[in-house]
Amino acid sequence: MKRFFGNLNFTLGFILSLFIVMMALTSLVWTPYDANSMDALHRLARPSLTHPLGTDQYGRDILSRVMVGAVNSIIVGLVTVGIGISLGVFLGLISAYFGKFVDEAIMRLSDLLFGFPAVLSAILITSILGPSIINAMLAIGIFYIPVFARLTRAVAMTIWEREFIEAARACGVNEIYITWRHVLPNILSPLLVQATIQFAVAILAEAALSYLGLGTQPPFASWGRMLNEAQTFMTLAPWMAVFPGVAIALAVLGFNLLGDGLRDTFDPKMVRKR
Amino acid sequence: MEKIDCIFLRQPVSDRLPLFKGMAYYLIKKFITLLILLFLVSITVYSVLFLLPGDPAQIILGINATPETLENLRSELGLNKSFWHQYADWMINLISGRGNRSINYDMPVYELIVSRLSVTGPLALMAILFAVAISIPLGVYAARHQNKKGDLGVMFFTQLGLATPEFWLGILLILLFSVHWGIFSAGGFPGWSVDFWGSVKSLLLPSFALGVIRASILTRLTRSSMLDVLCEDYVRTARAKGLKERTVIYVHALRNALIPVLTILGLQLGQLMAGAIIIENVYYLPGLGRLVFQAIGQRDLPVVREVVLFMAVAVVVVNFIVDLIYASIDPRMRLQKM
Repeated sequence: MKRFFGNLNFTLGFILSLFIVMMALTSLVWTPYDANSMDALHRLARPSLTHPLGTDQYGRDILSRVMVGAVNSIIVGLVTVGIGISLGVFLGLISAYFGKFVDEAIMRLSDLLFGFPAVLSAILITSILGPSIINAMLAIGIFYIPVFARLTRAVAMTIWEREFIEAARACGVNEIYITWRHVLPNILSPLLVQATIQFAVAILAEAALSYLGLGTQPPFASWGRMLNEAQTFMTLAPWMAVFPGVAIALAVLGFNLLGDGLRDTFDPKMVRKR
Repeated sequence: MEKIDCIFLRQPVSDRLPLFKGMAYYLIKKFITLLILLFLVSITVYSVLFLLPGDPAQIILGINATPETLENLRSELGLNKSFWHQYADWMINLISGRGNRSINYDMPVYELIVSRLSVTGPLALMAILFAVAISIPLGVYAARHQNKKGDLGVMFFTQLGLATPEFWLGILLILLFSVHWGIFSAGGFPGWSVDFWGSVKSLLLPSFALGVIRASILTRLTRSSMLDVLCEDYVRTARAKGLKERTVIYVHALRNALIPVLTILGLQLGQLMAGAIIIENVYYLPGLGRLVFQAIGQRDLPVVREVVLFMAVAVVVVNFIVDLIYASIDPRMRLQKM
């Protein structure tokens, strides 16, 4: 524990991400107001004691919506990273194990995915399947597959060269068991680091897609969507355009720092250079 | 990596490929890969959009069209041919320059792309200029003051930059410069021929928003690359010769430190395009991003296809060029397994 909290990045990142997660968890049981209830008398109200972050064009409380938006972002992060890890690690392990033609095919395919501007493809996918949060998550998740596949392949290939694998083979252990028992555990720490960083990227991507109207659909609260609505009322209610963005930046900053901190502690050689 | 180098060193000189032959071999191999990749990209773009729901003929004629007129238009557009036939037609039209026509604008897509590129191109260029102008001095500064207050400050700001969505920065800039101070307009584009300086001015805020976000990555890269170079022997030699610190930093170290930075700058083109799509929607700029975004909404397939293909090809080709430049600088790259 001390090893982790001695690292400034990790500590800051941990506090920020914990804050975001706590905000999301709290919103499940309590929010100052119902996030979707409209209040015609208090439309576009300034931040005040009754509405700490003000209200939007329907009189909905922005603090409540920012809190609910955190749940949305965290779900998106979990699902997209889940898609990326489950398929990416599988493909990466196959690629590293078989090598040659299989490896070549998988890696060229991931080159192809990398070559595309990701947001453009996400726009394409959501426009084919229709704008919805599920499709947005699918679109982001697909682009995570090559990220995790490459990482897994690179690490797995070095591990297959190590002596303890040879020792296991000499003992007659079958190769699926070696993969499960020896290769996979050694990939875990770089995977965790990458997953944390991709989690942050997913929050950014979802915000961008929702801002374009391709992600979360109304009336559900999403930080990106809130910024989209805010742009229409910028002269009347500038606070609408500020707080959801602050929430995005804090969440992304938190998970990025957490990822950096994890990397520093797992791989002390990197600290000096960073 | 280390292993490859060791093998390389142990090889007798006569066994190595002559420089010229190695380069030619590398170029051919790279070029064939490029062609295959371009083919795959075009197939992918075409087949993905082939699956798009909605009948283009129906969209053009509206819901009141009779089945006969619909059928006529379908055969006119070639919609009832097979996938490969349609793909081949499309490719031939593209390559021969006859061009495919936009359904919505009723003009060749090629012309649309060229006219919209006159907004997106300068936008991207200005964004890169901002990014370079901010990141290189900051990166060099941070590297020279490694682990001191200035360095930590710079690193903190780059973390903030990495966490800020480009479109939100765009909105904040509008809030500050147009709503609060009223110096800039909140969006729109007058057109180059109508008002040149007005056009430059309307691109300033969006390109700044794009550039600052790119700059945070480039600053970190410049810093770490500079730190690597500052440990090199030739930098020590330059210092030992009694050269001024400025000369050592800017002439000896920076020039070498910039090589990886330029590579990443090239590779960032894809992200820059993606960023442009979003930022053009924030500022209502009539660029490629807005074009493709609207075309998707209007089911204007030919436009979507060609813009997406254009962007993907641009990214692939730039990556190819970056690889070549890299190979001409660093001979080891040519011998590496591709």
